[in-house]
Amino acid sequence: MSFVEIIKQPWPWYIAGAIIGMIVPLLLIVGNKTFGLSSNLRHICAACFPANLEFFKYDWKKESWNLFFVLGIIIGAFIATTYLTNPNSLIINASLKSQLQSLNVNDFQHLLPNDLFSLSALFTIRGFILMVIGGFLVGFGTRYANGCTSGHAIMGLSNLQWPSLVATICFMIGGFLMTNFILPIILKF
Amino acid sequence: METGNQTRSIDNKEEVLLDETSACINHSTKEESKLSLLKYSLVGALFGIVFVKAEIISWFRIQEMFKLQSFHMYGVIGTAVITGICSVTLIKKFNIKTLQGEDIVIIPKHFSKGHIYGGLLFGLGWAMTGACPGPLFAQIGTGTLSVMVVIASALLGTWTYGYFKEKLPH
Repeated sequence: MSFVEIIKQPWPWYIAGAIIGMIVPLLLIVGNKTFGLSSNLRHICAACFPANLEFFKYDWKKESWNLFFVLGIIIGAFIATTYLTNPNSLIINASLKSQLQSLNVNDFQHLLPNDLFSLSALFTIRGFILMVIGGFLVGFGTRYANGCTSGHAIMGLSNLQWPSLVATICFMIGGFLMTNFILPIILKF
Repeated sequence: METGNQTRSIDNKEEVLLDETSACINHSTKEESKLSLLKYSLVGALFGIVFVKAEIISWFRIQEMFKLQSFHMYGVIGTAVITGICSVTLIKKFNIKTLQGEDIVIIPKHFSKGHIYGGLLFGLGWAMTGACPGPLFAQIGTGTLSVMVVIASALLGTWTYGYFKEKLPH
């Protein structure tokens, strides 16, 4: 296999994990920046809808590097999707697949199932719950917890911060509850 | 949330920083031009490529993680944390400076009950959308434009937190 053919295959966890871990020192060394992505949601609020709220009164322009970082993520994702397309179909755990099929989720071709994440899905009850309420919980929860997977699970743990460990454990508990107990109910609607 | 004075410690030196909020994670005192900010886009692009190629932004991978059906996401996060711990330790041990010659500053996290309540709520949302904030943006890049609705809701969530912050238990 040529190099290009190899990188078009899904990347193994140890390569992906090592690269993501290296972003922590890279940002610190390049410009004294701490890795954390959910802050961008706050910066966008501060820039566009501050509404005179104390929480959004700060110099978001000083943090605009993070918005440039996000712009890069969008471009990188576009490059990977367009030029490094995986020629094979997505491999999904067989029991997950059959459970989802029994709950009428049938698109296994995309990274996100079209049955749940698309403009037409938005007008179904389950699609609305997942996209709108799910998104709200991501935005509200990360700010309440003062960070997300990048700020706490990666950056915070890299710096051996116990509050980040507590936050990460809570992320996982919330996720386990949703996937195993609540999601099967939501998907019935 | 902690908005009062916080201390920063690097080499056991402690200085008081004025009103350091979590949003302010730029500890460089140097001004940067728009052009030089593009270097962060370059790092971001690398991140975006990894997100897609390692299928971290896949809703299915997140479900497999929370159902313990696949090791993949645990491997990714675990390797990233170990790499991060080693790098931060080396930076502190050898007192490595930024490219501009400044001391590297990492603000300690201050615990609040919000880590628990907010953490649980975010966990629910993570499993619903199959994405944390970074992957949400990456999903846009893959052409799944309907995710803009999810991002709009996430912005509303963050804004709502800002609105009710003082009334919430911390």
